[in-house]
Amino acid sequence: MTGFRLAAGGRIDRARPIAFRYDGSWHQGFAGDTLASALLAAGVDTVGRSFKYHRPRGIFAAGPEEPNAIVQVGPRPDLKATQVPLAEGLEATPVNCWPTARFDVGAAIGLAKRFLPAGFYYKTFKWPDWNWWEPLIRRAAGLGRVDPAATAPAGQRRHLHCEVLVIGAGPAGIAAALAAGADGRRVVLVEQDPLLGGSLLVDPGEIDGMPSDLWLRQAEAALAARPRTRILRRTTAFGCYDHGLVAAVERECIVWKIRAARVVLASGTVERPIAFQDDDRPGIMLAGAVRAYLGRWAAAAGRQLVLFTNNDDAYRTALAWAEAGLAVTAVVDARRSADGMLPEAARAAGIAVTTNAVVERAHGRSRVAGVTIRDGAGGTRRLACDTLAVSGGRDPALALFVQAGGALAWHDGLAAFVPGDGGYVAPTGAATGLSGLGSALAHGHAVGATIAGDGAPPQALDTPEGTILAMWHAGGDPARSWVDRASDVTVADVGLAAREGYVSVEHYKRYTTGGMSPDQGKSSAVLALSLLGRETKRTPTEVGTTRFRPPWDPVPIAALIGADRGPLLRPVLHLPADDRHRARGALFEEYGGWMRPACYPAPGESREDAIRREAAVVRAHAGIFDASPLGKIDVRGPDAGRFLDRMYIHRLSTLKPGRLRYSLATGENGIVVDDGVVARLGADRFLVGTTSGGAQRMAESFEEWLQCEWTDLDVFVTPVTQQWGVVNLAGPRARDLLAAAGSDIALDGTAFPHMSFRDGQVAGIPARLARVSFTGECSFEVSVPARRTAELWDALIAAAARAGIPEPSPFGVEALMTLRIEKGYLHVGADTDGTTYPADCGFADAVARRSDDFVGRRSMRREDALRAGRHQLVGLLPVGDDAALVSGAHLVATDGGSDGHVSSACWSPAVGGRIALAMVRDGRARLDEAVTVENLGRWTRARIVRPVFVDPEGARLA
Amino acid sequence: MLLIPCPWCGLRDEAEFHCGGESHVVRPPDPDAADDAAWAAYLFDRDNAKGVGFERWLHRHGCGRWFNVARDTVTHEIRAVYGMTDPRPETAS
Ligand SMILES: [Zn+2]
Repeated sequence: MTGFRLAAGGRIDRARPIAFRYDGSWHQGFAGDTLASALLAAGVDTVGRSFKYHRPRGIFAAGPEEPNAIVQVGPRPDLKATQVPLAEGLEATPVNCWPTARFDVGAAIGLAKRFLPAGFYYKTFKWPDWNWWEPLIRRAAGLGRVDPAATAPAGQRRHLHCEVLVIGAGPAGIAAALAAGADGRRVVLVEQDPLLGGSLLVDPGEIDGMPSDLWLRQAEAALAARPRTRILRRTTAFGCYDHGLVAAVERECIVWKIRAARVVLASGTVERPIAFQDDDRPGIMLAGAVRAYLGRWAAAAGRQLVLFTNNDDAYRTALAWAEAGLAVTAVVDARRSADGMLPEAARAAGIAVTTNAVVERAHGRSRVAGVTIRDGAGGTRRLACDTLAVSGGRDPALALFVQAGGALAWHDGLAAFVPGDGGYVAPTGAATGLSGLGSALAHGHAVGATIAGDGAPPQALDTPEGTILAMWHAGGDPARSWVDRASDVTVADVGLAAREGYVSVEHYKRYTTGGMSPDQGKSSAVLALSLLGRETKRTPTEVGTTRFRPPWDPVPIAALIGADRGPLLRPVLHLPADDRHRARGALFEEYGGWMRPACYPAPGESREDAIRREAAVVRAHAGIFDASPLGKIDVRGPDAGRFLDRMYIHRLSTLKPGRLRYSLATGENGIVVDDGVVARLGADRFLVGTTSGGAQRMAESFEEWLQCEWTDLDVFVTPVTQQWGVVNLAGPRARDLLAAAGSDIALDGTAFPHMSFRDGQVAGIPARLARVSFTGECSFEVSVPARRTAELWDALIAAAARAGIPEPSPFGVEALMTLRIEKGYLHVGADTDGTTYPADCGFADAVARRSDDFVGRRSMRREDALRAGRHQLVGLLPVGDDAALVSGAHLVATDGGSDGHVSSACWSPAVGGRIALAMVRDGRARLDEAVTVENLGRWTRARIVRPVFVDPEGARLA
Repeated sequence: MLLIPCPWCGLRDEAEFHCGGESHVVRPPDPDAADDAAWAAYLFDRDNAKGVGFERWLHRHGCGRWFNVARDTVTHEIRAVYGMTDPRPETAS
């Protein structure tokens, strides 16, 4: 028989039927169902196939510990059906079967090859190598599928701060939250279920003299009425991190980062099974789950039950089953005797109880049809059933406790790990190993209360329970007795792992993959380590547990990502005159975090053609360039000059006000990290230019040296990059264009020479004009307040028409790169890398002139920095075919190795062909030498030249 | 995720800070006089303590100040925060 819906009862809304589709068939459930409860009630026995052997599997648990019902819902793989709320039109499929769960081709694996023991893949698929086999094996054994085209739902990351965080809203958690917030403290209560109540939802009782359901409603109302108490439902706390940070995920889409002064852990327990032969058949379930489906969802797993237990608590399942009017064949209790209150109640209800007996194997193929039990005298007999509830005890759910620094202690009386010392969370209720409703309420109240003796705890009676008999494998073929259902690990695999030396629980886990599935071994971990201990004659304490790493339960990546996606993943900066560039058809690309015009293609013009045209116009006439992203740092104070002397390879304290100097910055290891032009604004004030990408890094570096090393220097550092808009006019007509725009600054080369700056006005805007060039052309850099950049841009272009001069051509970053390669101007980060000293790129003299110390100088004086054979910056011109002359190509040495590499390359309009800059071994001593350049199998002959292709005398800069 | 008591801003989340590595590394006062081994030691040799270590941290998304932190690298307990020029504090380890 299969499962069915009881005529009455359950916390479902029978007035709201919900249609859903599973594995291709339509079914009906009700609001309040999970996918699992609806499938159980709909009579679906086989919900999926096992991971390795493709054995039929049914629902096993009712919570996040479910190992079998792993499903795909739309684009989302590997959800546990026990955690999927039923919704109208929901369509789900099992993840591990083809074509359907009931008729699965992969089951042939289980039939043809009897079993694949632990390590089977690693041992078998070694030839030709594992990487060759892996894709095939993954396809056969993979869990779910990811649709690369699917858009994940929007996630959020949010923060909460509170005095007391309570994790879990069972009786202990609610008592703790009630006590903690009584005096108005900020309390957050998180509960993974949509409903508060925990065990009360399945095992109701009497609290404060009223039915627990009524008490629960009153408690929930009391908490909701507190303005400083916040309840988060369907929220799973999944990680405890350093210094009290707890992470939780709400409704699979909001990740909460919760900082609490105190954390109370009322996470309850997870039931574990006892292993026996063929214990993975559909219809075999955890006892607590059978009861939960009956009570909470009015879903009966079948009609005829055998209960196999080693403890009193599970008797509640037999009692509930009988109370629902269903048949109980027998309770099979492994203990010598069972005479506690619950076993006696079972007997009183007419249930047959067989003690000192175990279930040795299950019968039936697609569903359990009976069991063989063995009694203490060794006799066996067969019992009929369609449902087998099994309980091997309950393990306190302590992953978060351990993550928070707590140590576990093995408790022989409970045959479970209980909280030991340490950590920042305070466990309470069943999570401490306590049983009994009254005890849970009292303990929760005490842990939650901030002031001792504050109020009285909710009152309830404990149901006395007898002791448990630790039992792991009851009998039958160990190769067909399951430990971890989700990963298909058997009792025999544990033994094999131990025999092959994987005796550390961490090694065991990786060798067998036990505990690595979506359920993360919640119901199997203690079973596994106890079996491992039995094999190696160690106690559970000696074996220990595997490390509990976050997340305790899978968290959707979309929730962790939060808003960090699309344009928000890495926000970019836009130029102050962004709209002007757009209006001119700029092709934007990202450079160092800024969206900048790469070029301005005319309609129908290619990117490459546009770049060549723009570069040519700058040499022939004039171009206009938005240089706003260049880094600018204001450095001032009585010691500003001394400080900059220590930060750059040139002395900057000797710079005269009104003058500019180009220099390189190096790290303490002597390697070039940045370059730029420094302006001396006054006696105590400099404006330091940096690369666009280095603006923030250099300002931080300045601060670090000033705050951490040279605390005696009186210097203030202010990054001002985005306060200025910078427009550059470059080319033979730049001076005429600027004059036409109107300026009170004398522009002729004598009054205003190259590498100097003046303050004044340009086109009526207060401006700083700098004669600095990265193109090799006469060039004026105009800096204005950032908000006036577009106004300046317009004025410089409009002035041309008024003066009867052709407009300057806007040019982008790529044309600028072409122009600077033609001049051999260094681009830090392209021409330099993590091995480049200033001497390697032509600054040996500058370094040699310094006798005083600066950052990196000592490293440049090491033998290795001065040796022959270092790579040096040179130019390359192709001889004939130029196809391989691209950035990243290598120069082929005589021994076939590399003699250096091309660091920058372009097609040069001025030269009429490809040119390149390269870092070449002993390059400066090899001028005119012919070399071979190789790029991805293409070869070019080239000639080493000085790294300057245009105007070597610098006449155009005048 | 650590909670770090910035001396100027108080207890803040680690995400606001940048760790600058070991503190109290002495730069040779006359680098030219330091031999290669001494210079390499300054650049690369670190205690990497298991237990209480001394680091400098920058409150990057806050006040922008560097300060020293004595942190137990095993438990992450922060034993002390102190100024950049202050001496290494006494911490029982
Ligand atoms: Zn601060």
